[in-house]
Amino acid sequence: MRATFRLAAALLLAAAGAFAGEVTVAVAANAAEAVEALAAEFEQQSGHRVTVSVGSTGKLYAQILHGAPFDVFLAADQERPRLLVEQGLAVEGARMTYAVGRLVLWSPDAEVEASAETLRAGSFRRLAIANPDLAPYGAAARETLLKLGLWERLRSKVVLGENVGQSFTLAASGNAELGFVALSSVFSWPNESEGNFWEVPGHFHRPIRQDAVLLNRARKNPAARAFHRFLGSPGALKTIESFGFVVDRDVGPGDDGRRGRSGAR
Amino acid sequence: MELPELGPLWLSLQLAAAATAVLIVLGTPLAWWLARTRSRIKPVIEAVTALPLVLPPTVLGFYLLLLMSPRSWLGGLWVEITDTTLTFSFMGLLVASVVYSLPFMVQPLQAAFESLGRGPLEAAAALRASPIDAFLTVAAPLSLRGFLTAAVLTFAHTIGEFGVVLMVGGNIPGKTRVISIAIYEHVETLRYAEAHTLAAVLMLFAFAVLVFVYVFNRRLPVHVA
Repeated sequence: MRATFRLAAALLLAAAGAFAGEVTVAVAANAAEAVEALAAEFEQQSGHRVTVSVGSTGKLYAQILHGAPFDVFLAADQERPRLLVEQGLAVEGARMTYAVGRLVLWSPDAEVEASAETLRAGSFRRLAIANPDLAPYGAAARETLLKLGLWERLRSKVVLGENVGQSFTLAASGNAELGFVALSSVFSWPNESEGNFWEVPGHFHRPIRQDAVLLNRARKNPAARAFHRFLGSPGALKTIESFGFVVDRDVGPGDDGRRGRSGAR
Repeated sequence: MELPELGPLWLSLQLAAAATAVLIVLGTPLAWWLARTRSRIKPVIEAVTALPLVLPPTVLGFYLLLLMSPRSWLGGLWVEITDTTLTFSFMGLLVASVVYSLPFMVQPLQAAFESLGRGPLEAAAALRASPIDAFLTVAAPLSLRGFLTAAVLTFAHTIGEFGVVLMVGGNIPGKTRVISIAIYEHVETLRYAEAHTLAAVLMLFAFAVLVFVYVFNRRLPVHVA
């Protein structure tokens, strides 16, 4: 009985294997958890296998320029995917916004209220933000402080993380009382309940659009194309939302972000 | 060609010089003890001394971040005494660099002290020199080359420090934005020309220092154990 079952299972796997493709996905660290969840869903639905490589957008971009074997690139900004299309390394017309980041001011400590009032009062030693010159969340944090008219005043208290994840680490470890971080990081923090956050109103900064592109290498890879299509599906959007992002239901795959371009400039 | 901002280079030099000075003071007694002791815990201490070589710099930086956080005993004590945080300050970088470069000071010194053998010190003791006296007038001068090697390695290693500073520094101009961070930022923002210039200045400087040291080293008396 058991042997028969095993044989059937083996045959089934072999049959699935014949159709199963491989997709290698490069994803910016701030979306890694969401994309790993997406990959698991996609694998279950399609039977394809997904390998996820996590890195910073800048480094992944440099690796792709130098021939890294990725099929789909999910960046933390729009700039790098746009450049890849321009340089002919990504499929034209396949750039899409898969997620829009949500910037929050976060305090890991219930006693310190994360709010614009606290920022105005300046009753803290350090405020962590991602480096505005390197990271989209950092740029958004600087725009927010400028909008509040506090950038000059708080500059001496600002410490820079290399990226938004490090800005979170600086706050989570207590080295900075407050940090401008990604809501997705707050969601994935195990001690979530202890802290508090203030979601920065969307009009305080330009939207943190994160674009995905299908890379040239994947042109003839049906599994990669399927994964790229899947990113715009209602199920995928729901998953991405659940990790603390906003999704743009109007922008589907194949709709090469006209919005994207206006946002990037 | 326009020179990029040289503040970060100056900061790196100050940090490396300070770390080397602190480590000569702290590392010498430790290396001396390791070279002379017959204690059973010697291998344990040697292993602890070598640990900064094992841990990847960003990992070491992460633990230093936890250790120096105002929430920890060390960081908390620091805040109480100075009313500033230890992380994101020059002092914080100095503490981090001392930990990070510890093996580069202790290991060459220990080797130098071990190669002395017991002879010279026994002779000094026979002449009624106190242990400290014997160290200062006999062991230290005979180990000059060891000190020089240790100081050069410590200095160079601290100049090249990147991952640790990236974690605990906070990239503050004039305080924690050292040259490696500045070069990295130039590269990441695609300002390659500035990055190349700064890197070239760093390389030339380091090269000049090393040549000077090795020329000087040849003139030192050679000690034969």
